[in-house]
Amino acid sequence: MAFATRLVNRELALEACTPLAHPENAEALAALEALLAPPVRAVRFGTGDRQVTIGGKYVVSRHEFTYHNPTACAIAVDDASPREVLQDRVRSAARFSYNYIGRDLGIDAIAVRSTTGDPARFREAVETVQQACGLPLLLCSPDPAVLRAGLEAARDRRPLIHAADRTNWREMGGLAIEFGCPLVVSAPDDLAGLRSLTRTLGAWGIQDLVLDPGTFPGTGLARTLRNFARCRHAAIRGDDELLGFPLLGAPIAAFAGEEIDPVRCAFDEAIMASALLSRYADLLVLQGTAGWSLLPTLFWRFNLYTDPRKPVAVEAGLREFGSPDRNAPVLITANYALTYFTVESDIKAANLSCYLVVADTGGLSVESAVAGRYFSAAGIAEALAASGIADRVDHRVLVIPGLAARLSGEAAEATGWRVLVGPKDSSGLGPFLKEHWPPRPA
Amino acid sequence: MNGRDLVDALGPELLALLRSAGRIELERFCLELDELELRIPLGAFAPANGRVPATPVPERPDQLLPAEYVPERYTYPGRIREVVLGATRRDGGSRGRSLTIGGAEAPAFSLFDRPVVNLPVIAMDVFDTRVPMPKALRAPFEEVRDDPAEWARLNVSRYGAKVITVHLLSTDPLIRNASPRDAAATVESVLQAVDVPLIIGGCGDPRKDADVFAEVAAMAAGERLLLNSVTLEMATAKTLEKVARAASEHGHNLLAFTGLELNDAKELNRRLYEYIPPDRIVMDLTTVALGYGLEYSFSIHERARHAALMGDAELQHPTISGSTNAWAAREAWMPMAPTYGGPELRGPLWEAATALSLLLAGVDIFMMSHPAAIGALRRMISALCAWPLEEVPEGHANDWVTAPLGGDA
Repeated sequence: MAFATRLVNRELALEACTPLAHPENAEALAALEALLAPPVRAVRFGTGDRQVTIGGKYVVSRHEFTYHNPTACAIAVDDASPREVLQDRVRSAARFSYNYIGRDLGIDAIAVRSTTGDPARFREAVETVQQACGLPLLLCSPDPAVLRAGLEAARDRRPLIHAADRTNWREMGGLAIEFGCPLVVSAPDDLAGLRSLTRTLGAWGIQDLVLDPGTFPGTGLARTLRNFARCRHAAIRGDDELLGFPLLGAPIAAFAGEEIDPVRCAFDEAIMASALLSRYADLLVLQGTAGWSLLPTLFWRFNLYTDPRKPVAVEAGLREFGSPDRNAPVLITANYALTYFTVESDIKAANLSCYLVVADTGGLSVESAVAGRYFSAAGIAEALAASGIADRVDHRVLVIPGLAARLSGEAAEATGWRVLVGPKDSSGLGPFLKEHWPPRPA
Repeated sequence: MNGRDLVDALGPELLALLRSAGRIELERFCLELDELELRIPLGAFAPANGRVPATPVPERPDQLLPAEYVPERYTYPGRIREVVLGATRRDGGSRGRSLTIGGAEAPAFSLFDRPVVNLPVIAMDVFDTRVPMPKALRAPFEEVRDDPAEWARLNVSRYGAKVITVHLLSTDPLIRNASPRDAAATVESVLQAVDVPLIIGGCGDPRKDADVFAEVAAMAAGERLLLNSVTLEMATAKTLEKVARAASEHGHNLLAFTGLELNDAKELNRRLYEYIPPDRIVMDLTTVALGYGLEYSFSIHERARHAALMGDAELQHPTISGSTNAWAAREAWMPMAPTYGGPELRGPLWEAATALSLLLAGVDIFMMSHPAAIGALRRMISALCAWPLEEVPEGHANDWVTAPLGGDA
């Protein structure tokens, strides 16, 4: 029963029930799959460890439940680029990584676009990309002959094909069946057209579809967001099977508008990416690879897909860094994961020997916790007592975060400890302690 | 447990029932089992979707099968109140014009099935004292940082600010502990320097803020300021009534600030209703920077707006976002490796992205700082508020697929 509960809560996937994989249970598996199927289909592309799953959504807003399958971010490359340029771009995209609260944020896929319209060039580009990285691929061209060349080169990698439209759906559908690949359907600003395509391809037995309702830069953003919202509302609130597929957003369109300054384009692209993440995109195609434009996108993607039912918290309690003695500094902070990991990395970077009391602030950062009274003088006193720190040190001096300065008086009263107000940002802990520790006699 | 047991566990009768039903809605449904709470999302059991495993490959249809799309229009029983910021001479103030915020009748920028009632507004920050600020954030204002009136003038004349927020941080007992009278004089100088509506920010101390707001409210009687902010802490400190009465008596609005907790927001509003009409209250539900909990702010705003539209009168107030808080994120201001660019690029993007997320969650007014971030949010607001919606340029729908694109920044 516990397993079933976790299954319904989507804390476990059906695959976790290994006996179900047994052939004699095929019927039960099928019944459960149908029962648990989300209104927005989950579609996979790529193979092996790097396989990406997109869609699989149950709700319109994350607070209604939680969002599953974080939006995949694909970096675009084109087949007109010289081989070395292509390799460099792909490698740097694949290598991109930023450590955020103990997780590495990065890119999930590469979108190969054919700007030449030449099958041979496209084949070559797809080969080069595959040699340079193991990321899943999107192959993008409106021309079935070009895509065939690319698919032949990526035969074993199950790329996502972009895209079938009103004119080429026969050929594109044929490629999807022949190569066993998922397929994007494209009908810019035309939801009836999208439904017609998914209906037709569905009748043909092609189920692994992704919707591209079009991403329009500049003033076209209203129409873009409206189409995304309409698709998602129709699928979830209206039980519309024909729009119950993942959504592809293309912030890269910011580079195809009137703006030509590349920095401005990358800025606009990041803004569009942020808006599309908030408005249900399951897959994003991006052009900019600079860290400054990728960071907000990768952060927001990560944040939106955290489970709102569980705060991103670390366990409250006492942590020890370096080799603290009985005169070592005692610091206190909140148990929001980001706060904790930031403080931890700063303590380690500054090579400090100290104690850190992690107070239970309900998974909120210091600033929000102070504002919301989750981090209070009484809470500090409680955390201090529960940590048992009084037995580990001979002094009675506590360093509180600068953002909790307001609490210093009351905290001193509540704890009986002397309270020092530390820096607002934990990167200042090193210099702060150098100046203030050991504390001057009061 | 094998697969069959699992099906049994989920209940064969339930399964049969679901198979025969076209549609089942379980709204806010909780099922207690072995003391475990089962949360079943809307639509989780949707056998109507019919994703039954693949059957033998069917034939290709000869033609595209026809399909229509008819947009669903949702209506809501509730509506967000409108709040007027600033009073003109005719209404007993001295502002050149007043602004109305709020009035939403549906979730913001979602289905775009009706025009926006009142455009979201951006207020630009002015600080009355030097506080530590990232260089990239203060650079545009370096020459005016010691003169709030000049700073306000610059915001209006150079950056086109429609509202100014004067943060009276000098009143903070931990900073300069400036007197309420000094603070009022600062506000007066700004009122004289610019004719846009003002938001007056305090220092966060529930006692000191009450004294300052009472003084400012009396000095600027009739100007319809937005006093930022009143809190439950003030209720505890027994200073809430003083501020609320002063605002009511002198014709100002109140900003009710709570920390990411809707029950608190409702409680604070209930207390304020005793002193001031509900259409004088704006809510600050707390804006946390991108990367530092923005998702909490985002979901709180979505939930508040949804509840308000569904009829919760205690949440039917416009909301504000202190988006300058984005700069609390170290990724906004910290020096980083070259690929991350400088804070003069990263910072404004961070601020814009933080504000944008909350714009989409329904926030009505933004307190912001960096001109580049403000420019980006303004472009976004004008793109999203155009009515009827802008058409997609003919023949340029999916250019990104095949077009040679500009360099990679």
